[in-house]
Amino acid sequence: MALLDIRDLSVRFHTHDAEVHAVNDVSLTVQPGETLGIVGESGSGKSQLAFAVMGLLARNGRAFGSVRLDGQEILNAPPKVINRVRAEKIAMIFQDPMTSLNPYMRVSDQMAEVLVLHKGLSKRAAVAESVRMLDAVRIPDAKGRVRLYPHEFSGGMRQRVMIAMALLCRPKLLIADEPTTALDVTVQAQIMTLLADLQRDLGMAMMLITHDLGVVAGSCSRVAVMYGGRIRELGPVGPVFADPAHPYTQGLLSAIPRIDTDEGELAVIPGQPPDMSRPPQGCAFRPRCAYCRDDCDNRPPLASFAPDRWRACFAPLAELRAGTESRP
Amino acid sequence: MTTPLLDVRDLRVSFPVRQAGAMPWTRPRHLHAVGGVSFTLQPGETLGVVGESGCGKSTLARALIGLVPATGRAEWQGGADLIGLSARQMMAYRSQIQMIFQDPLASLDPRMTVGQIIAEPLVTHQPALPRSQVRDRVKAIMDRVGLLPSQINRYPHEFSGGQCQRIGIARALIVEPRLIICDEPVSALDVSIQAQVINLLMRLQADLGLSLIFIAHDLSVVRHISDRVMVLYLGKVMEIAPARDLYADPQHPYTQALLSAVPVPDPAHDPAATVVPLKGDLPSPMDPPSGCVFRTRCPRAAPRCAAEVPVLAGDRHQTACHFPGPFTPQEIVRARATEAA
Repeated sequence: MALLDIRDLSVRFHTHDAEVHAVNDVSLTVQPGETLGIVGESGSGKSQLAFAVMGLLARNGRAFGSVRLDGQEILNAPPKVINRVRAEKIAMIFQDPMTSLNPYMRVSDQMAEVLVLHKGLSKRAAVAESVRMLDAVRIPDAKGRVRLYPHEFSGGMRQRVMIAMALLCRPKLLIADEPTTALDVTVQAQIMTLLADLQRDLGMAMMLITHDLGVVAGSCSRVAVMYGGRIRELGPVGPVFADPAHPYTQGLLSAIPRIDTDEGELAVIPGQPPDMSRPPQGCAFRPRCAYCRDDCDNRPPLASFAPDRWRACFAPLAELRAGTESRP
Repeated sequence: MTTPLLDVRDLRVSFPVRQAGAMPWTRPRHLHAVGGVSFTLQPGETLGVVGESGCGKSTLARALIGLVPATGRAEWQGGADLIGLSARQMMAYRSQIQMIFQDPLASLDPRMTVGQIIAEPLVTHQPALPRSQVRDRVKAIMDRVGLLPSQINRYPHEFSGGQCQRIGIARALIVEPRLIICDEPVSALDVSIQAQVINLLMRLQADLGLSLIFIAHDLSVVRHISDRVMVLYLGKVMEIAPARDLYADPQHPYTQALLSAVPVPDPAHDPAATVVPLKGDLPSPMDPPSGCVFRTRCPRAAPRCAAEVPVLAGDRHQTACHFPGPFTPQEIVRARATEAA
C-alpha cells in the first residue's frame, strides 16, 4: 500500500481580485522509503501541494480532494488529528532555515519543545535526544552547540538543525521544500548526501520539492513535473530525463546550461508561465508549446502510456521524440 | 595582444567592523572582503566570477564602479585609474561601465514608469538631449531587449521577473557602455526565463562588442556565458583560466571541490561517486587563515600552506596553489572519510 495517496487534490486561494487555482486535480502516491521529486517553476503549485498535505495552507486557501497517509484521511482534518499525524508520521523542512527557526529561542529549547509536546518527554530527556539528533546530522560539538541561538550557526548548519528538528519524531515521510536552494553548491552537496544517508538509516520516504533538475537527477527515484498547478509528466527519473514525454519537460531539460557539456545557444521556452488567477481553457502550456494542435483546446488528461509512466499531452510521442533528436 | 579594457592590480576592499559591545574608543577591526585581486579584461570579453557567498564577488563589482572605497589600481583603457576617483571624476566613466543587479524588481523604482527608468541614465549623462530623442532611444532599446515599446508608460509591478530583468538590461545599455557588470543577473529567475535572459545577454554582447563581468554562483551558467572564469575564495583569486580549460582541467583543489559539487541533470551521473566534500565551514573573513586562505578546508594542505601565501602563477591558466593538480583517487577517498566522520 502506498504511504501517501493523494487523489484529485485541488487548492484554491480566495483573493481580492480573483480565485487563484494554485493546484488542480493532482493525484500522486509516495511509496514507503522512496524519494519522489516534484519539479516546477515558481507558481507551478508545487509548494502549495505540500502545504495542503501538511495542513499548512494560508487562511484564504482551501483544499479539495483526498490525501491519505497510511490509509488515514488527513486533508482538512481537525487540528487535533493533524497534530497527531505531524507528531508521528510526517514532517517538513523549508527553504530558508533562518526564517523557519525561531530567532528568540535557543536551539535546545525549540528542539526539545517538539518532543515535550508530541511525545510527552521530560525537558531533560528531550534535550538529550535533541543532542543525539544533532549528532546524527553531523553537527560538530552538538552538546556544546545545542545551547546556541539560530543566528550563531552558518546557513548550512542551520539547515542541519532544521533537518534534525524534523526528524525528532522519526517521521515516515519527510517533505523537503527546496531544502538547498538558499545554500552554496558545496554545502548543498553535503546536505543532499546527509538527507540520503538519514533516509536510508531511518527508512523514511521523502517528497523533494525543487526547481533544480540536477538535484532531482541526483537523489530521486521518481519525478513529477508540474506546470500551471497540474502534473504534466510522472515517471521514474531515468526514463523521464532520457526520453521526456511532455513538451514542457523537454523544454526544461534543454533550457538548463549544463556543467558537463559545451553547447551553443540555449534552447528557450518562449513566453511566460500562465496567470493562475485566470486559468487558461484547455492545456495551460499551449501558448508556449511547439507541438500544440487543435485538440489542445481541451484539457489533456494525465494518462499512462508505458508501464509506470504518465503524461498529460495530446501530441503523439513519435513527434516529441523526433523533436528531441533533431535538437543539436 | 590588444590593450586591455580594464587592468586591475591588487584591488583590496576592507570594511571597518566594531565588535558588538566594544567600547567606542577601541579601534575597529577590519573585514577583508577583497584581498588583493588582479585580472585583466579584454574588449569584447566575458569574464565569469564564481565563488560561494561571502567570497567577495559582489564587493569586487561594487569597488570597480566606485560604490565602495577600495585600494589598488583599476586601469581603464587609456590610462585612467578608476580607484579613488571623486564622484565627479567617476561620472565620466559611469556611462561606460554599467551594472545589472540580481533582484530584478527591487532594482527598479516602483514609482517610475519603464520609460523613465530606462531614460534616467541617458538624461543624467546627456542632459542636453531633446526629450523626443530620449523617447526614441528608449523605444529602440526596449525593442532590442525584447520589450514592447508600447509598454513604455507601464510600471515595474506590471511586469514579470524576466521582463523586469530586461528593463534592467535596457537601462544599462542605453548609454552605450563598453563594460557591463552583471551581479547574479539570472539567479532570481526560473529556468525557462533564465535561458531567455542568458541568450539575450550573449546576443547583445556579440552585436555590440560589449565586455561583461558576469558574477554568479551557478557554475553551469558561468561556463555557458564566459570566455574566461575567475574563482574567488575568501576575497582571493584561487584560479583564473579560459572557461573551457578551467572546467575540463581544474588545477586548484578548491575549484575541483566546487565543480564536483554541482548537480548534473543526468540520472546516470552519481553524485556520491564524484563529489569531493570540503570539511568544515568558511572561515571568518575577519580573521582569515595565514598563508593560503583555503588551507583550513583543503584535503591537500601541508605545513608550507600555513607559512607562505601562494601567488597566482601560470600563463593563461593561472592557479594560486603550492600543490596544484587534479585530485588523486586516494585523496578523494580520504576527503570522503573525513567528511563522514
